[in-house]
Amino acid sequence: MTGRSSRWLTAFVIAIYAFLFAPIVVLIIFSFDVSKRTFIWLGFTTDWYGRLFANQDLQDALWVTIQVAAIAVVGSTILGSLLGLGLARLRFRGAGATETLLLLPMVTPEIIMGISLLVFFAQLFNLNGSIGQIAIAHVTFCISYVAITVRARAAGLNPSLEEAARDLGASAIGAFRHVTLPLLAPAVAAGAMLAFALSFDDLIVTSFNAGVGSTTLPIFIYSSIKFGVTPQINAISTIIVAVVSIALFVAWRLGAFRGDLRNVVTDPEAA
Amino acid sequence: MTAAPASGRDRPAILGRLAGAVLLVPGVVWLAAFFLVPLAIMVVISFGALDANGHVTLANPGFQNYQDALQPEYVRVVWNSLYYALVTTILSIAIGYPIAYWISRYGGRRKVLLLILVMLPFWTSYLIRTYAWMIILRDNGIVNSALQAVGLTNEPIEILNTDFAVILGMTYGFLPFAILPLYVSIDRLDEHLVQAGRDLYASGSQAFIHVTLPLTMPGIVAAALLTFIPALGDFVTPDLLGGAQTTTIAKIVQVIFTSGRDWPGGSALGFLLMIVTLGGTLAALRTLRREVLAG
Repeated sequence: MTGRSSRWLTAFVIAIYAFLFAPIVVLIIFSFDVSKRTFIWLGFTTDWYGRLFANQDLQDALWVTIQVAAIAVVGSTILGSLLGLGLARLRFRGAGATETLLLLPMVTPEIIMGISLLVFFAQLFNLNGSIGQIAIAHVTFCISYVAITVRARAAGLNPSLEEAARDLGASAIGAFRHVTLPLLAPAVAAGAMLAFALSFDDLIVTSFNAGVGSTTLPIFIYSSIKFGVTPQINAISTIIVAVVSIALFVAWRLGAFRGDLRNVVTDPEAA
Repeated sequence: MTAAPASGRDRPAILGRLAGAVLLVPGVVWLAAFFLVPLAIMVVISFGALDANGHVTLANPGFQNYQDALQPEYVRVVWNSLYYALVTTILSIAIGYPIAYWISRYGGRRKVLLLILVMLPFWTSYLIRTYAWMIILRDNGIVNSALQAVGLTNEPIEILNTDFAVILGMTYGFLPFAILPLYVSIDRLDEHLVQAGRDLYASGSQAFIHVTLPLTMPGIVAAALLTFIPALGDFVTPDLLGGAQTTTIAKIVQVIFTSGRDWPGGSALGFLLMIVTLGGTLAALRTLRREVLAG
């Protein structure tokens, strides 16, 4: 502590932190509740989790989600890392425009991104939603996050490290491969984790680009919620929160949120 | 691959002109093809119409869809959307400012951890967080069960499907958007300036109003934009927490594209939504470029 805070301010801060976490805690608790309809604790059960494994629609949705996330992670990590490295290392005309292009998807309302891709695929290619279409959409909104994470790391690297390798007789390519690349690897992995977290629970962009047979987990949950709340949804939501939290924790340990947390200023998911 | 000159401090190592093309071109081309081109097509289609077969036609381009979008029945919807977004923005800043201030001034070594705790719920699924509020606020949810258990009410009070629920859900969802930029600007503020104000006989609140507040105004503006833009484009919260009678622009756009076929009309509404946020987006971009890409 650097000073004394007023008691009221501290109480307020604690209350807001509780407010931020309460809904998620409630969700997790009731995913283990025997009670089916009312939200009164009737006893502990893992029955709802067991039923998830019997639900074929849900398993199909999970499989679609995993396929989409795999493509989104690989595609956006490659494109984003290259872009991030280029922006950190190169001085070129159009650097400002490239940065703007990178930030635009982060500040465009997600619904606009969703409908514009829907119109794009339907009008130009007569496509009406598929796993591939969702994956392309996900790569598009993940690139910026990977690029910014990698860029921050690449810009922070000491150029003398690579120069030292060159002085010791390494070729330019060798110095890059054996010095710079290993130093960048954590940022690349962190970017990949962010991309996974973003892709795994995206609803809005996906909802406009999904078709028959390409229902993802968030879309499955959304329609289940609209159809009627069931404790199974609490269970699957708890699993998603756990998966995404683990991905984010790994990303954090790998340095995704270093500095003054600059890379987390925007969230595409809610935009 | 062209070898770069072996001297010079800012030597780009193997990153010559060709390497630059390899690094930058794929990502830029991807974003142009799947972000800019789709946006352009959406704008073009918004000037079209539906033909007899229900297909989009650009035979007689015009502003018909925009005239339709400005019909009186839409005015209430636009007002509704702006109302939710504005109240959410004001609440997020009012709640977020003290939090950001407290983390910056009293967070000590735990600052980063405290900020990560703010971000954690924000990074987990927006849908699931909204759903969690549904089960808290519904008629047989926790709030109503608790109220009835202590005997404050016999009948469940309708909380879900009200404006209150929508604003609560949005404020919950977008509060972290406000806290981060506020934190950045408060943390950057030189405490000596506030101290100087106090030395010149300003009271604590006077020093806050005349020194702290103006100097952190860029953070407040950034926070306002970063909350307002997503709140205006959000259809999940009005849909799940606001119920059937709550209509916003984003919700209408969503319905048009998922169940209706009037894509030209929907594109026009989408483009209007984008224009409304565009001013904010451009202003936010300048701040973002400074905050996000400064490192």
